[in-house]
Formats: sequence, structure tokens, C-alpha cells
Amino acid sequence: MYKVKVYVTLRESVLDPQGVAVKGALHTMDYNEVMDVRIGKYLELQLENVDNLETRVKEMCEKLLANTVIEDYRFDVEEVIPS
Amino acid sequence: MKFAVIVFPGSNCDADMYYAIKDGLGEQVEYVFHTETSLDGYDGVLLPGGFSHGDYLRSGAIARFAPIMPAVIDAAESGKPVLGVCNGFQVLLEAGLLPGAMKRNIDLKFICRTVELVVENNETLFTTGYEQGETILIPVAHGEGNYEVDEEMLARLEENNQIVFRYNEHVNGSKQDIAGIMNEKGNVLGMMPHPERAVEALLGNDQGLAVFTSILRNWRESHVATS
Repeated sequence: MYKVKVYVTLRESVLDPQGVAVKGALHTMDYNEVMDVRIGKYLELQLENVDNLETRVKEMCEKLLANTVIEDYRFDVEEVIPS
Repeated sequence: MKFAVIVFPGSNCDADMYYAIKDGLGEQVEYVFHTETSLDGYDGVLLPGGFSHGDYLRSGAIARFAPIMPAVIDAAESGKPVLGVCNGFQVLLEAGLLPGAMKRNIDLKFICRTVELVVENNETLFTTGYEQGETILIPVAHGEGNYEVDEEMLARLEENNQIVFRYNEHVNGSKQDIAGIMNEKGNVLGMMPHPERAVEALLGNDQGLAVFTSILRNWRESHVATS
């Protein structure tokens, strides 16, 4: 079994309204060292062992999990050893 | 003319759309549930506003894979008029029937009020009932209507006159204040404002009705023989 951690964020070139609002809040809290905040999504998928696991996860990301018009994605694959 | 209103779990402007056609326009209309797979017999397809599938993941992202969607795509490809309003617009974007994507409104607020729109192109299936450059009042109600598109596609939209409506003010952060766009072929329109909520004086405003009368007039011109 595998655990796949998928991270989806708005592309660098796209203004992130939520990130801007959170950065503003951090600045009002005197964390002025914060230069940028980007908000994204984190998804955890549990997968059975399949062939082409990475290719299939990439497909899932491109078709559904991320909207590649405005979002980037990356993912990590971890093998889960049943205890 | 017979319209289909596609109903997803979480659609909440489906009844408004239905009555805009039945009572506002006086034409035939039926609800078609998202689990259906055919749109045979319908002359036009309407995707209503709401929160399909709870807007989980992204607005329209899950609805885009509903069983009815291949039929919606077929209808679009065969040249039938397809109108997506608000969440319906978001579904059309996710389905790739229209270019671009939606982000959260620039000020992060859900905006629910009547805004001024400018008719940027009145030579479309959906807007011949308006004057070019006419300003109309139409309600908006959305949290994610901040239209994003890359510069290359934006240039193409402008070159092909695919920008149909613009806001007459900065409403939600949309690039170039874009409120509605159509596909290159001109038979698929997506717009965030709700023309179906502005089809009779009792609703406070009937300036949205011309979207529907335009569709009907254009359909009649191509489908009904004149004597």
C-alpha cells in the first residue's frame, strides 16, 4: 500500500487573494519578516499497489485534483508497511 | 424551443432558470439530472448557479465529471446554445468548454448585489437583443468570480470578440473586469451575473430577459422556416 501526499498551490504568476489577506494579518501581528504567503491544498491518497503508480497519480492531478490553468501540483509517494 | 436545465447536487438556481424559460420566455423547459447521459431532443442547454457537489475541491471540478457532461460537451460541439451562469460558468471552465479559471474574489467576500454590466459584443447568439455598449443591471451572487486567464489567451479572447460582458466597475478582481465570455464558435456562453434573476419587473428588473429572447430569436431564424 502507498500513501501519496499531493500539494496543490496557485501558480507563482497568479495573485493569491487569500495569501495576501493572511500576509496582511501576520504583518498586523508584527511578523513583518513575512514577505509572501501562498495558500494551497494538501491531499492524502491511500493507494493499492498498481503498475504505473506515479503516472496514474500525475493523471489524477492533471484531470481533477489541480486546475493546471492556475495551479501547480507536486506529490510525494511513501510506501506504507502494514503493522 | 426546448431547453434543458442541468441539475447537480447543490444547484440552487435551477428553479430560477426553469421559470425564466417557462414564464419569462414562454418556451419549453425540463430539468435534467446530472446522472442522465443524453440531451437528445433539447435545443438549448442551461447550467444553473449554485454550489454543485458543495464546491468541494474547486467550484465545478467534480460536476465537470458528472455522467451528463459528455452530452453537454456534445451539445456544445454540435453548435447548440449552451449557457452557464455562475456555478454553471465555473463548470464550463472546468470542462474546458471555455478558457480560463476562477479564483476567490479579490476581497475574499461573497458578493451579492446588482451590478452594471456593459454589453461588449451584441453580435452573439445570446446578446442580439441588446445594443452594442449598452449598460444593463444584473444581479451577481458569488464568492469565486475572480476570472483568471493568461495574457496569450486574453489577447485571443479580445481578438475574437469573445468577451461578451464586462463589469462597469471593479467587482471581484476579474482580469479586465470580464463578467462573461463565449467560445470561439460563439455558441457557448459563461457568465457570473444572473440574467435569470432579472426577467420580470416583479423581480425588480427585467434586463436579463434579453439573453433568453436573443437565444430564442437566433434559434428561430436558423430552425423555423419563414413564410
